[in-house]
Amino acid sequence: MRRSSSPSLWVGLGLVGLVVVMALMSFLWTPHDPTLVDAAQRLRGPGTDYLFGTDKFGRDLFSQVMVGARTTLFVGVVAVGVAALIGTPLGVFAAMAPKWLGELVMRVNDLVLAFPALLLAIVLGAVFGADTLTAMIAIGVASVPSFARIARSATLGVMSTEYVLAARSAGRTKTAIAVRHVLPNIAGLVIVQSSVSFAIAVLSEAALSFLGFGTRPPTPSWGRMLQESQELLAVEPRLALVPGVAIALAVLGFNLLGDGLRDRYDPRLEVRG
Amino acid sequence: MVVQILRRALIFVVSALVASAAVFGLLAVLPGDPAQVALGVSATPELLAKTRQEFGIDRPLATQYFEWIGGIFSGDFGNSYVTREPIGPQLIDRLGVTMWLVGAGMLVALLIALPAGVFAAVRHRRASGSVISGLSQLGVAVPGFVAAIILVQIFAVDLRWLPAGGWTPPIIDPLDFLSGLILPALSLGLVQGAVLTRYVRSSVIDVLREDYLRTARAKGLTPYRALLRHGLRNASVPVVTVLGLQLATLLIGAVVIERVFVIPGLGSMLLDAVSNRDLLTVQGIVLVLVLAVLLVNFVVDVLYTVLNPRLRQAS
Repeated sequence: MRRSSSPSLWVGLGLVGLVVVMALMSFLWTPHDPTLVDAAQRLRGPGTDYLFGTDKFGRDLFSQVMVGARTTLFVGVVAVGVAALIGTPLGVFAAMAPKWLGELVMRVNDLVLAFPALLLAIVLGAVFGADTLTAMIAIGVASVPSFARIARSATLGVMSTEYVLAARSAGRTKTAIAVRHVLPNIAGLVIVQSSVSFAIAVLSEAALSFLGFGTRPPTPSWGRMLQESQELLAVEPRLALVPGVAIALAVLGFNLLGDGLRDRYDPRLEVRG
Repeated sequence: MVVQILRRALIFVVSALVASAAVFGLLAVLPGDPAQVALGVSATPELLAKTRQEFGIDRPLATQYFEWIGGIFSGDFGNSYVTREPIGPQLIDRLGVTMWLVGAGMLVALLIALPAGVFAAVRHRRASGSVISGLSQLGVAVPGFVAAIILVQIFAVDLRWLPAGGWTPPIIDPLDFLSGLILPALSLGLVQGAVLTRYVRSSVIDVLREDYLRTARAKGLTPYRALLRHGLRNASVPVVTVLGLQLATLLIGAVVIERVFVIPGLGSMLLDAVSNRDLLTVQGIVLVLVLAVLLVNFVVDVLYTVLNPRLRQAS
């Protein structure tokens, strides 16, 4: 039986939708050029010309937030994509492989868990140079273990069901069972995990750009806007407030969306309810 | 139970060794020559060769690894390629600063999460409970460094109650130390407190549904008294697990917070070493951080086995 949608799902969808619309719109139109340095317009307050005002270089904050949404989503999509595409098959494999091999895979998986995204990105940044690509790969690799864990435990559940036993006794190969029975049944949980991981990716990208290990100038990024705001914090707190609120709303959106989707897809909640 | 703990310990040791090899391997592929970085472009080939020998980077990678890891067992992390000073003593100093930060952050998180989580759970069907849940959801979404910037703006810039940054060791001036610790600890702890509130709430709600608690209520105890007497110990098992995992998050979160507040901890040491391309120092710090995360996970696993009666009986 399908449960009614929770308010979390709708609020989350609304906030995520807002970020997506801003990012997509920025390809076609922004009120001003987000990278245009204009000394005459520096540090203007919010108004009709400049919705959120301008920064110390005279760049429009609203346009930067719009293009920054694009950076955030891009990093999130690639990082979560990498994590889901590696982690999900890995988890399914660990569940279906012989016990010792599955155990070994999960031990290595736990080891990767000891390298948090931020640390991995700083190390990779030191080795290969810090930029958006390094940040995306680091965040993606660091998120693999959570996908593998979820996929493994969900697969173990599916493998003990009667229809899988029937498919096995009918002589279906393990690959066929994984593709036809396991993947469609664990897809819901993988989607929930994707939303949660997306929120973490947004936070990590912002922190990395803040530290100078993420998106490079002049590409607008919310984390770097915050970093640049620091020296003028005493006179212009608005410069920090605008990207800060953007990051918080995006993270809130993906977290709420994850909660809402979990209410819908998580079989454990169904049993309890 | 002893067998389980020994098994966990073995996994921890093997993981630590593999992690050290991974850290070493990852940084060994770094393009560029540390001797060249240390001496600059005008160095003669003879001097370069001599420096390479001094750094020990003219030998096979396996020898370098075993010497490095062997030294670490006796607290010797090697000498910095840039300053030529021993890395170990500085690393321990900086780790001490970071531990103050992490400890204070954890304290703030607990002081927020325990009362707020229990309150939100007991009143989860009422508006006041939902307000706490909503606030914690909002708190989870605010990154620590954004919280830090907001706190600096309010308490350091506007009100001028607390310093905006800097660090005074506790033995030099305890009062300055405390006033410098408050904002960084709040920045770290507020966000983690919000995360923890959600776990405390859900595990207390689970306990509230148990029959023994209903019996306690039926005997006339108020919800809080019933919880205090019969529920809190049971609710604490999942919370302790999360608390342990949060320690690791706090440790990494401290890297960013140290940068905001100009605190000379392990995080600032790491970022400085990366920008100076001081490879051996980066290697040492990353290893210490990764080992700390592994150690925390190991302790959480052991605590979980000890605290959970079902796991205890199973063995």
